[in-house]
Amino acid sequence: MVSKVQLVVIGTSMGGFRALESVLGGLSPDFPLAIAVVQHRGTDVAQSQLSRLLQLKCTLPVNECNDKEAIVGGRIYLAPSDYHLLVDEGRFALSVDERVYYARPSIDVLFESAADTYHQGVLGVLLTGASADGTRGAARIKQRGGTVLAQDPRTAESPVMPQAAISAGAVDHVLPLEEIGAYLNVASAVHR
Amino acid sequence: MGNASNQLPPEPPRVDADGERSAPVVVDTPSPLPLAMETKTGTDEELETIELQILTEAVFRRYGLDFRNYAVASLRRRVRLAMMEEGAQTVSGLMERLLHDPPAMERLLLRLSINVTAMFRDPGFFLALRQKIVPHLRSYPFVRIWHAGCSTGEEVYSMAILLQEEGLYDRCRIYATDMNEVALQRARDGIVSCDQMQEHSTSYLRAGGHGSLSDYYTANYGHAIFRAGLRKNVVFSQHNLVTDGSFNEFNLILCRNVMIYFNETLQNRVHKLLYSSLRRYGVLGLGRKESLRGTPHERDYESVDELERLFRRPK
Repeated sequence: MVSKVQLVVIGTSMGGFRALESVLGGLSPDFPLAIAVVQHRGTDVAQSQLSRLLQLKCTLPVNECNDKEAIVGGRIYLAPSDYHLLVDEGRFALSVDERVYYARPSIDVLFESAADTYHQGVLGVLLTGASADGTRGAARIKQRGGTVLAQDPRTAESPVMPQAAISAGAVDHVLPLEEIGAYLNVASAVHR
Repeated sequence: MGNASNQLPPEPPRVDADGERSAPVVVDTPSPLPLAMETKTGTDEELETIELQILTEAVFRRYGLDFRNYAVASLRRRVRLAMMEEGAQTVSGLMERLLHDPPAMERLLLRLSINVTAMFRDPGFFLALRQKIVPHLRSYPFVRIWHAGCSTGEEVYSMAILLQEEGLYDRCRIYATDMNEVALQRARDGIVSCDQMQEHSTSYLRAGGHGSLSDYYTANYGHAIFRAGLRKNVVFSQHNLVTDGSFNEFNLILCRNVMIYFNETLQNRVHKLLYSSLRRYGVLGLGRKESLRGTPHERDYESVDELERLFRRPK
């Protein structure tokens, strides 16, 4: 069976805004897949502007995810601050469970639940960050037959996060930042 | 039928009417055991999904606790954390422990039912309550508030402080309910760790607080104890949104970040319960990322504050 990508999940922390700008800004306007994004951030008011700022850089619609929102292709869903974002069958789900590695939203929580629900249909992307979050989730995606990309740590504002996943053997492909968007375009074209 | 070697189990020895055994049936070729059991499920996750369903059914029948309509993704995650805590390799392994060892069930219950919260969680919500809802509540001689799923009570005390500052508290009664007795007892005690008091104070001010949060508690050995006067008009009581019904009519109901753990079936049930518990012009407050979309009373509310998820029942 050819594994088709059904859902893209992206995790990033420190330096993430610029990396997201680059990756999401590089997607073709008719990109067909849903993309869920965890960006570590604080809970203050200014942080809730993230979706608005990202929208300025992308042609695909960006919004902060609501509980039980349907997963629709061609849309970008941001994990809201102070909630974990999880994937259920066909829908997103939120939780306010304890922080993971001091983070809520947590990348591991998103990645693990995506892998448990969409198995080999998950494409995970780990970008810049100074955290150990994401490695467990990346390993789960691989274990369930999905694919994991990591930003080349040499091109990352903070190499810790992608490097941790690479060192743990949880990554399939390591790509420089500017090539990740192109990879996603190709992977999604295979999907069609 | 007709293939004798497939007949399982072997026939019992025949007993004649007079009690004597007749000669046993001799099967000359032994029944072959299947080399590999064929399974209907392909993957470990599918198996785990079956196990989760059986676990919630077993817990319901053994303890009367109903998690059968909880949202799968969070439930699975919490059950896995419990497996690690209990040293169980599989969901079935955890289930065995839960069924035979009630203290293990107590621990799982805490994990499944205590939701993390904070004083003035989402300050914007409490600010909107103060600015948009309190003026409306002033028009009533007596105000009933239901805090459904109050967990350890931080938001109940936040509400009490807000009402006191607005001079409305003496006319209010807050019914603070939760399914978990342990959480409720913590709420009744009104004790929170001092660790997060700095954050709580910031939230209090951003929520429009008139003074200082420290006016409302005394610090003692690393803990903050809220003034007893704050719970003077609060009734803490056990109530299970999954199984219990409406118990009054309210001017304001808060049910925040509780239904995110429920699946749509259960969420819809709770929405019916909340709607039927609101009096005319009553207000419902949800969590910042909870929506009425797709729920049974979506069209029966008007929005008071779209961003902060405050809705009014107009009739």
